[in-house]
Amino acid sequence: MKKFTAAVLCTLLVLTVFAGCSGTGAVAGNTSSESTEAASSAEAPAVEAAATTGEFEKTIYFGLNYELTGANPIIGESAVKGIDMAVNEINAAGGITVNGETYGLAYKALDNGFNTDEAAVNAQQFADDAEVVAMIGPNDSDMCMATQAIVTEQGLLAISPWSTLVNLTSSEWYYRACFTDDFQGAILAKYAYEFEKAKKAAILYDMSNPYNEGIATQFKKSYEELGGTVVEYLSYNGKTGETDFTSQMTKIAAAQPDILLLPNFYEEIITQTTQARDMGYTGKFMGSDTWGDTSLLEWDTEHLLEGALWVGHYHKDVASDVALKFIENYHKIYGTDTDPNDIVALNYDSVYLLKLAIENAQSLDRTAIRDGMKSITTYDGVTGTMKFDNGNGDPTKSAVIIQISDGQFKYLDTIEP
Amino acid sequence: MNKNNQSLFNKSAAWKFASAAAAVVLLIMLKELGILSTSTLLIFQYIGIYAIVVLGINMVNGYLGVFSLAHAGFMAVGAYTAAVCTKFFFSVEWMFPVAIVAGGLVAMLLGILVAIPSFKTRGDYLAIITLGFTLIVQSVLQNMEFVGASKGLNNIPRHTNIYWVMGCLLFAIFVVSRFIHSKYGRSLKAIRQDQVASMLVSVDVRLNKSIAFALSAFLIGIAGALIGHLLGYTSPSAYGFTNIVDGLVMVYLGGMGSITGSIFGAAVWQVLVQLLKGLGTWRWVVGGGLLCIIMVFRPKGLFGYIELSDLLKKIQAKMKSGKLKKGGNKDE
Amino acid sequence: MSIIVQQLINFLQLGSIYALTAISFSMVYGIAGLVNFAHGSVFGVSMYVLFFVSTLLFQVMESTWLVYVIALTASCVVTSLVALLIEQIAYRPLRKAPKVTVVVSSVGVGMVLQYLILNTAGSKALRMPKLIPDIKFALLGVNIPLFKILIILIAIVTMILLNLIVKKTRLGTAMRAVSQDTIAAGFMGIATSRVISASFVFGAVLAAIAGSLYGTAYSIFAYNVGEQIIWWSFIAAVLGGIGSIRGAVLGGFIISAISILAPMVLPVSSYKDIVAFAVMILVLLIKPTGLLGKKVNEKI
Repeated sequence: MKKFTAAVLCTLLVLTVFAGCSGTGAVAGNTSSESTEAASSAEAPAVEAAATTGEFEKTIYFGLNYELTGANPIIGESAVKGIDMAVNEINAAGGITVNGETYGLAYKALDNGFNTDEAAVNAQQFADDAEVVAMIGPNDSDMCMATQAIVTEQGLLAISPWSTLVNLTSSEWYYRACFTDDFQGAILAKYAYEFEKAKKAAILYDMSNPYNEGIATQFKKSYEELGGTVVEYLSYNGKTGETDFTSQMTKIAAAQPDILLLPNFYEEIITQTTQARDMGYTGKFMGSDTWGDTSLLEWDTEHLLEGALWVGHYHKDVASDVALKFIENYHKIYGTDTDPNDIVALNYDSVYLLKLAIENAQSLDRTAIRDGMKSITTYDGVTGTMKFDNGNGDPTKSAVIIQISDGQFKYLDTIEP
Repeated sequence: MNKNNQSLFNKSAAWKFASAAAAVVLLIMLKELGILSTSTLLIFQYIGIYAIVVLGINMVNGYLGVFSLAHAGFMAVGAYTAAVCTKFFFSVEWMFPVAIVAGGLVAMLLGILVAIPSFKTRGDYLAIITLGFTLIVQSVLQNMEFVGASKGLNNIPRHTNIYWVMGCLLFAIFVVSRFIHSKYGRSLKAIRQDQVASMLVSVDVRLNKSIAFALSAFLIGIAGALIGHLLGYTSPSAYGFTNIVDGLVMVYLGGMGSITGSIFGAAVWQVLVQLLKGLGTWRWVVGGGLLCIIMVFRPKGLFGYIELSDLLKKIQAKMKSGKLKKGGNKDE
Repeated sequence: MSIIVQQLINFLQLGSIYALTAISFSMVYGIAGLVNFAHGSVFGVSMYVLFFVSTLLFQVMESTWLVYVIALTASCVVTSLVALLIEQIAYRPLRKAPKVTVVVSSVGVGMVLQYLILNTAGSKALRMPKLIPDIKFALLGVNIPLFKILIILIAIVTMILLNLIVKKTRLGTAMRAVSQDTIAAGFMGIATSRVISASFVFGAVLAAIAGSLYGTAYSIFAYNVGEQIIWWSFIAAVLGGIGSIRGAVLGGFIISAISILAPMVLPVSSYKDIVAFAVMILVLLIKPTGLLGKKVNEKI
């Protein structure tokens, strides 16, 4: 009996190795609930997609490499929302015209489970799939870096919507839709010193994440160059699940800085600010673009974040028509009155960037599309006007300073690069 | 080396090695014929690399029978050492084996360092010491600007290919099968079954434990070196809790104290991870459930303390006696 | 001065939470000898039940105390049931199997549970409603919120009660017997299976209490909240000595002391983990059976 079970398991295994490795999960844009269902049929890529882009005879596919499970599933969930919106809009508006032929747009999604090994396999599967013209994602810097070598070697255009890590675009196949850590850190330092007149600053960041570390280091550098003093430069290890920052906060409170920079993921912010106030810190808080989720406002029941500043990608008060339409559609489609977060917006923009690249290329060849991406001079997206004129994958785009007041994200200033 | 094993292989080890070599040759033939896509090949490389890791873990957790959690640390050390070698010192491809061996050796040195406190403790205390070791390694790497701190190292030359992986895997299989049939391997078995009794029959527990630890660390270090050069990128966060749990799952899924089990454990888990991808957020519900079911029905893992060769022999015997008519040997 | 008082309170608060999670982990670990990696998910379940019940109750009643008690009871009941279910599915069939098997099956169950939470409650992090009124006391120039004092008190009371149960009741005696020698305890007429089930229930109840304290202190949690806690509980339980309740408490407080002291003392705070783990390894080198663990003679 036992031997038999073993034999069956072995046979199954060998069969699955061959069956499993060939198929990539297919998803065509529609609402998010439908797309996850479509994703469950891993073996039939093209069939599923054809159903939703029915009016088009031909379809262009891109790959979506996203963080649906693992440490931060909210990233994957938000990403899919933005992608779905953009894809559906593009298809409703008549698809993409390449050399006189109209194509529908669809995507194949693969979850990377917040795991570098898996992110790399996903990238390779997209590269192997002749139908896929480019990859969008991953969003997290670590996952992006794990795919960097593969997309470069295989020649597959990759657009990361949200990874601000500087190194990423050292590959000429990697583009991003957001600004970089350096830019962000420098803006924060400048704003803290020049506009907030803060002479003393403290920083608490998650040292296990390159994103947080990048901003913290750049902020310290720029702030000290401007003439400010960083009185406390403290860190914690988010990967070991630290939630108690009281010791660090006591130290920070004792140093009495004017500003405390917390360039950390928004889920950690409330805990950190609450503890800072409990320990007697009275100054202002400052944050990075990860703060851009309205949950932060919902959670802030004691209004500890009043007056806090953070750098965002866009704000609806100064938004272009594109952005206003996007926000309105988001409310309609997902039946909510909370505003979309930055991940949704950047993923949405990434799809449009890809569309522009394909239209510029007028070809479905991967290299041509990459060159098409390179030749995008300006693009008016939800998250601002992007220019790819400095010869690499980093867009030149403005950032907005947002202040939290009366429990709202209020627009304060726009910083041009 | 010792008189009990004058020939390079004894019969059982030769069997294992030959079947593994045959599988590898088959795999490489498939690759050369262009039947396997690059991504399938990548998955096979993961399987190969993790099989080496699992063989290494099995050395300590299976054959020696203690509960060690040091593998993620050894892997990180191997990956970083080798990456630093090829990135900063010699990037030519023919020097790659030097880097691999360097990764293995540095991991081995640390393995001996970890082994020393392990003499004093047993059981779950060892687990904490080794867990501490892994987390210290991760922390040190996160703080070392020289290797990119938390940003990790990128632009590592991508030297790893299926030949290197399979070569190293065959080497690992060879080393482990040779080792467990040697005097030391038998000592390990004795220590596992009864440490005190084995001391009484003058088995040098310290020496044997250190050798097992060192060898295990060496193999896992090699695997680390391979994975760094496979992705062209390595970062400290890849070697934390998740990696530890993954390693344990693969070892115990495949079965302790079995070379066949190590390879199957790695293969089953890597394939399961890929296969369930289509399920979206439900994939770990199914994956965890399957893991649980397999363990309940095969508590010793797929191949706990048995090898494929034993299994085939038994099936052969059964076929002869006419009890089992067909099936069972499709797994090659 | 005020810094020292402040840090002392911080230390006690964090230590209480660590101690409770370590004991809750230690219940199953000490008695059945199983490293229960699913425990983190049980902890997660307790947080979610607490969240949903208290949010619901706050819509109909005002008194925070009443809500806290009802929600905590509900969370204790649900987590106990979940723990019993886990025990039936994943542990009972494996009682005679090698112990490491259970490690893997517990990893499996943990995954299932954790991702069931993700699929039912969503990936968005939640904020625990305020379960303890927001009152502050001034002491030696330091403002101390009521919840901190309560966390420490609740933890102490729970630990004393548990100690009484283990020392004075029949069940407690049976538990100790099973923890010392399961087979011999069986010979003495103790229903070992039932005692092990009871340890799962105890572990779950303690996890629920710890969860409520954790939720009050750190408020934001997501579906994977238990993932890291399990490791720290494991570390604390082993550090203090396996199977010893006092040991788990001590282990919890030592880890708390390290995490509070390290950022204060070290010039670069990111070296904290290195120091913390080095201390741990040192402790085990000096006392290889954990601080309060009994020396177990190896069988001959």
